[in-house]
This record gives sequence, C-alpha cells and structure tokens, in this order.
Amino acid sequence: MKRSLAFAASIAFSTSCVAQVSYKEMADALHAVMESDRTVYTRVIVNRLQNEEKVIKASEHWKDDKALALPAQMFRYGSEMVAEKRLGFSYSLLSIWPINRQNAAKTAAEKEGLEAVAKDPAKAFYKEETLGKTKYFTAVYADRAVSPACVSCHNDHKDTPKKDFKLGQTMGGVVIRIPMK
Amino acid sequence: LSVAIGGYLATALLVKDAADDPLLAPARAMLLPGKTTHGHHQIELACEGCHATPFAGKQGLQSACESCHGAQLKAADDTHPLRKFTDPRNAERLEKLDATLCVTCHVEHRPGITLAMGVTQPGDFCFQCHAEVAKDRPSHAGMRFDTCNSAGCHKYHDNRALYEDFLAKHLDDPPLLSAPRLRLRTTKKPREMREAHARIERPTESACRECHEQEAKGFLAGKHGMRLAAGLSAMTPGQARLAMRKDAAHEALGCVSCHTAPEFDTRKAAVEACLGCHADEHSLAFERSGHHALWKKELAGELPAGSGVSCASCHMPRIEHRDEDLGTRRTLVQHNQSETLEPSEKMIRPVCLNCHGLGFSLDALAKRRVESLDMVRQRFIDRERKTP
Repeated sequence: MKRSLAFAASIAFSTSCVAQVSYKEMADALHAVMESDRTVYTRVIVNRLQNEEKVIKASEHWKDDKALALPAQMFRYGSEMVAEKRLGFSYSLLSIWPINRQNAAKTAAEKEGLEAVAKDPAKAFYKEETLGKTKYFTAVYADRAVSPACVSCHNDHKDTPKKDFKLGQTMGGVVIRIPMK
Repeated sequence: LSVAIGGYLATALLVKDAADDPLLAPARAMLLPGKTTHGHHQIELACEGCHATPFAGKQGLQSACESCHGAQLKAADDTHPLRKFTDPRNAERLEKLDATLCVTCHVEHRPGITLAMGVTQPGDFCFQCHAEVAKDRPSHAGMRFDTCNSAGCHKYHDNRALYEDFLAKHLDDPPLLSAPRLRLRTTKKPREMREAHARIERPTESACRECHEQEAKGFLAGKHGMRLAAGLSAMTPGQARLAMRKDAAHEALGCVSCHTAPEFDTRKAAVEACLGCHADEHSLAFERSGHHALWKKELAGELPAGSGVSCASCHMPRIEHRDEDLGTRRTLVQHNQSETLEPSEKMIRPVCLNCHGLGFSLDALAKRRVESLDMVRQRFIDRERKTP
C-alpha cells in the first residue's frame, strides 16, 4: 500500500512539471490508490480472516495481542511513512464520529468537508486553506463501511460515539492536503 | 597572553582527539556553556558528537539526537513521534511548541532549568496541547498539568506499560504472580561455551563481539560503553556522577571488567561485578533486599533458575531479541541500562511483570500509591452505567 502510494505520488509530482496535472486531479489520483488499498485490506485480510474464517482477530493493540492491525491503523501507518518521505502532501482519516478524539475534524475545511461527504458521499469536497504559513489544496472524500468488519468494530467499540453504523454508510472521510505554489 | 589563551582554546576546540588529551581536555571543559545532564556528561567533551556539523543549527543537532536515540524511541512506540507533528493540521500546535525537534524540550548545558529526564520546558508543558483533557476524561478535572508526568501516570515518549487498555488487562493482578520466574537466556551447551571461551587468547572487546554482537551493541549504547562509542577512552568509575567505590576509580570499563576471564561467570557479572564499583544508596541496599535473598537461594540451588533477582535482572534484563533477517528469536541480556532505567516505568514490562502484578509494580516504582488502575476501573463502571 505504502509503495503504491509513494509511486503514485512521485508520478503525480514529476508529471506536474510537464503535463500540468491540477491539484484536484492529483488529489483524486492519490485517493483512488488509497481507497483501493484500504478496501482490499479491509475485505481480503481483516473481514475474511476475522469475521468470516475466524482465524485471527484485528486489534488496536495488535503487537501485544498478536493480532492484525486495524484497517484505520494500516491507513495511518502508511500516511506516517509517506510523511517521513517529505514529499509535501499529507493525508489522514478523520470522522465526525471518531473513536480516537484526535481524528475529529479540527480545521474549518475539515469540518465543512466531513459534513459535505456525509450528506453526499459520491461527491468529493475541495477547498483551499492556510495552515501555519502554508496554503494547501484540501480534498475530502467519503470513507464508507465497505465490509461487515467496519460496522461491527465501530459499533461495538467502547469509545465509539455512534453505535448504529450500517454497511455502505459513510463513517468518515479521507482528507488529502497538497501544498500550493 | 590573550592570543596565547585564545590559541589554546581554539586548538582544544578544533583538534579531533582533544577530549582525551590531558593538555587539551581542560580547555574543552572551560568551553562547555554549562553543566551537562546526567545522560550526556560522560561524553560532554566530545563536542563533535552532537555538534557534528558547524552552523547546521537545530536540524544538525536533531540528526545527532536521532542517531543515538532514534531506534530506541521507535522500539518504544513513541507516543509523540516526529511524523505526528509534520501533519499540517498540527501547524497551530507547533507554533506553541515545536515538537519536531528534540531540543525544543531537551536543551543541553542548562542546569538551571533542567528537570527530570533532561526536560527543559516548564513542568506543565502538556497544557499546550491537552488543555481540554477533562472533556474526554472527567476524572482528570482539576488535576494540575505539572502532574501529568508523575510516576505511574503518563510519559511523553514511552507509554507501553501505561496505556488504558493495558492497565485494564491487569486490573486484578495479584502483587506476586503464582509462578514468578524471570526469563532465562538462550545459551549454547555449557561444554561448547567453555571450549569457545578457551580458544580466546586475549579477551578483547573485538574478540567478544565476534560472538556477542548484540550484547556489545547494547554495551556501547549504555552508560558503561558510551564513551567508547563516542571515540573516547573507556569510562571509569572515577568519572561517574553516582557514588562509586574509591578503590575502583581507575577501572577502565570493557567486557572483561564484569565478565572476568577465564571463567566469564555471568552470575558474578550480575551482582559482584556491579557492587565492585557501585556504592550509591540503592546499590548498597540491594544485599539487604528480598530480591537478593532469592538470588542467594538460586545460587545455592534451593530455588530453580530464574527465581533469584540480581542487579542485572532489573538493570540488564534478559529480553527477547528478534532477528528479522534470520527470522530467529533468542533471549539475550540487554547491556544498555538505559532501556530499563529512566523513566522507571520502562522496567515494568521487560522485568517487573515476570513476577509481579502491574498495580504492585507501578506502586513500587513510584514509591507511592498510583491511582491509575482505580481510575480505569471507575471509567469502566461509569461506562457500563451509561450503556443501556
């Protein structure tokens, strides 16, 4: 997942020099990779092994529990590894109903974006915002419950603020930020 | 005269081996801008160890910090890693406290403002980002922000033995487990070891390293070997800030200082060797402790291996070493004391929990009753009340 993201990013950045890829096109391309990898891990690994075949559990404390990392953790670890590469762009998984409070919307664009994709998941949200001294192109995409594992884990988690998620429903949003020149 | 003094100081600053030169070392000491922390005092004259690149600024220092401490922080699942703060959504927080740099909180040579763990921020710095903690944790309402870091509560970097779900798993631990037993080393057969050691003509560090690479790595990263790792002469007890025996003051520390040839007896290395140098209150009290009584019984064959507790059991514990390249797991002795030294909660998982429950361990290390487990228990009770 991390390699494909880094590859997509490098292609996007290098082609921007010659083919004038817009911020929106780049964000959409990055999101396509993220969403696909995330869906594959959730369905093929976590849901299959935990919920269907009951071979191994997924746990927030996967190292201590000798379990699978949660899909949200896989996503975060990838974003953190990308952040270490200092490629400029960043991404995160946020929600109006976060289990971990740190994943709640913080900026005005995040709040507006998460509300927008919760109402209309098919339509991504785009906005320019300034954080610190840098101006960013910020895109927010709906993150939906793609398997029963998403629904059962979130609804049953001790810290969840929402216990009635349904399959296919928007649970949060992927936020991608690209620094603008 | 001024030119001569200036020349002397400049020479001391620029000559590579000045830190170990009897003529130039005093000049380097004069150039220190302030007393160093206990973590760095052994290598304080090796200026280039931290200030490797002139005019590289804070980023240059950051590279030096990470080269020694980076791997340890990663292994500790650092709660506040660099990558958390490079996220643009934390830009506002960074303006208050630039947590991307170690030196924001750990400035060297500033004894007047240095707190425990070499922290040079005011003791309530957690407030900068966690001012609203009581909203999510009502139990924390009214707590002062200079108590976040209290023993048994939260640590900025390493919370492996302190996170809520871990505490929850250990709510009902007894003070002493039913089968208290420390990990045993993965060793070769005694005869093979005797033969291998007998083949060594001169037990030098490099000879030891041929078979004990991981142990040597730990030794060089720890307080006994860090001077050697920095290219300086070996540490001697006389250079220590802790109280040491005067008759051991000039003992240069290497592998054979504790693992004396030709026996290389690890039992001697685990207590006798320590007390051959260390003479501080904690070390001197060991022989009056229950841990030592168990150790004596183990040596006498009255208790099985792993029942006794030596100095090394806690300060150089046996830990699992995973070699990802070879796909192997072995139990080796961690020769880097810092891995379990400070903050003391680092000792809980690799050491204390082999024999004791978490609550007992937290209280013992904090030397007071720690409320963390009670707070977690209460949080679960409150949550169940709210759940229909």
